Amino acid sequence: MKALRIFSRNLRDSIKSVFRNFSLSLASISCITITLIVVSISVLLSYNVNNFTSLVEKDVTIVAFIDNDADEDKISEIETKILELDNVEKKNVSFHDKKEISKEMMDTSEVFSDIMKDWSDDSTPIQNTYQVKVTNIDKIGNTAKKIQDIDGISSVKYGEGMVEQLVSMFDMVRKICIGIVVALIVVNAFLIANTIKITIFSRRREIEIMRLVGASNLNIKIPFIFEGLFLGALGSILPIILTIIGYKELYKHFDGKMFSQFIQLVQPSPFIYYVCLLLLGLGMLVGMFGSWRAVRKYLKI
Amino acid sequence: MDLIRLRNVNKTYKNGVTAIYDLDLNIKKGEFVFIIGETGCGKSTLIKMLYREEKPTRGKILVGGIDVAKLRNRKVYKLRRKIGVVFQDYQLLPKLTAYENVAFALEVFGLTKEEIHKKVVKVLELVGLKNKAKHYPNQLSGGEQQRVAIARAIVNGPKLLICDEPTGNLDPKKSMEIMRVLESINQLGTTVLMVTHDINIVDKMKKRTILLESGRILKDYQEGEYHK
Repeated sequence: MKALRIFSRNLRDSIKSVFRNFSLSLASISCITITLIVVSISVLLSYNVNNFTSLVEKDVTIVAFIDNDADEDKISEIETKILELDNVEKKNVSFHDKKEISKEMMDTSEVFSDIMKDWSDDSTPIQNTYQVKVTNIDKIGNTAKKIQDIDGISSVKYGEGMVEQLVSMFDMVRKICIGIVVALIVVNAFLIANTIKITIFSRRREIEIMRLVGASNLNIKIPFIFEGLFLGALGSILPIILTIIGYKELYKHFDGKMFSQFIQLVQPSPFIYYVCLLLLGLGMLVGMFGSWRAVRKYLKI
Repeated sequence: MDLIRLRNVNKTYKNGVTAIYDLDLNIKKGEFVFIIGETGCGKSTLIKMLYREEKPTRGKILVGGIDVAKLRNRKVYKLRRKIGVVFQDYQLLPKLTAYENVAFALEVFGLTKEEIHKKVVKVLELVGLKNKAKHYPNQLSGGEQQRVAIARAIVNGPKLLICDEPTGNLDPKKSMEIMRVLESINQLGTTVLMVTHDINIVDKMKKRTILLESGRILKDYQEGEYHK
């Protein structure tokens, strides 16, 4: 009961203090707001990049062309050998007959069908293929080479170089984003600590008197920590609104895709709400940490 | 029964100035003691060490059974709860009324509103400011502000009241009013330790008086011995 009274008093005092020292509070709040906006952009970007990357990775396929003189036994032997490889997704190894492929191609465009209609089974340059997906995209080159070495395979194709480059580029973007977020949060925690220090400086007399009348350090710290929490929460309001509206508009504007069918944006719901929760949590944490650091200085003799 | 006991206390500040030399002092429970001496003789250092605003460089200080020199920063509040402190410049919070300033010292401990009200009214009555409870510090005279400060210092019922030149900013008439308040507090059982420059007050009060000079006790006058 006593603890509850102290708690509610602390809560009341910290809210009062935010409004009583409003100009200083505003400085802290805007500091948090700006950081959180950048954090939000970075998080949205890196999560989307992550999403693209996994989509791209899912789509990457090794196409293994089978020699034209391979008979059915040979083909099933090839399949067994492919399935024995360790980086191969067992469920995603499929055989594509050259007749099927020709038919598919002829269906897609008239130009193709005009040219291809005269090709016989023997004269066609189209070959039977195995399409193979891999579990680890980084090792795709190695796996492709192993498939190439299987007897009866004439050649393999997997978008050599391009895929790896794309993936590594995306990976870099993601890493840079994470770096920016971490750096910003650290810098900001200290910035807020300094801003709150000014607030507290104007209240050092209050702290002195509290100490004098026998308030424990924790007793003195808690209202300030609550205050930091509030400042953090207030600072995250604008970033949250911007994130929700901004991302929804962006998604609508591009119809969920960017540049091509290839790059798909993450669905706004529930993704942005998680981001908002993250922003709120981060704001409160940073505010709290700042306050805690700032008030510590005044509790030493 | 000694409330305060100092043994071989030395205090040297970081800048090399020694304020207190090998000081021994006992103060009994319920005593009223003046500490006098010239500016810079170590009066303020001495009382600051009692409420652990400063730490002695050497020696032992016991206040109400607490070894002050060994007290950790985190535990200082335990000592402060046994001590009330009054300053020359009152140290009131300007945005709070007289009542709120006194209540501030109790709110920290999580008392109920009723408990706080009862105690605050009682001490304001004791210092004669019951009818000015709703005034802000800038609406009160110096003497009244000091009485609010005294009320705040004693509202927790401390064993020891330390006053650092409480009459320093007041005229003789107002000073005597403060002294009467302090005396009545002393009569209720609180030990009062008062640092002052005003030898007229010391002369009139006829209490035990310790004369400090250059960080040492020059003379310890017992009750009634001091004459200016």
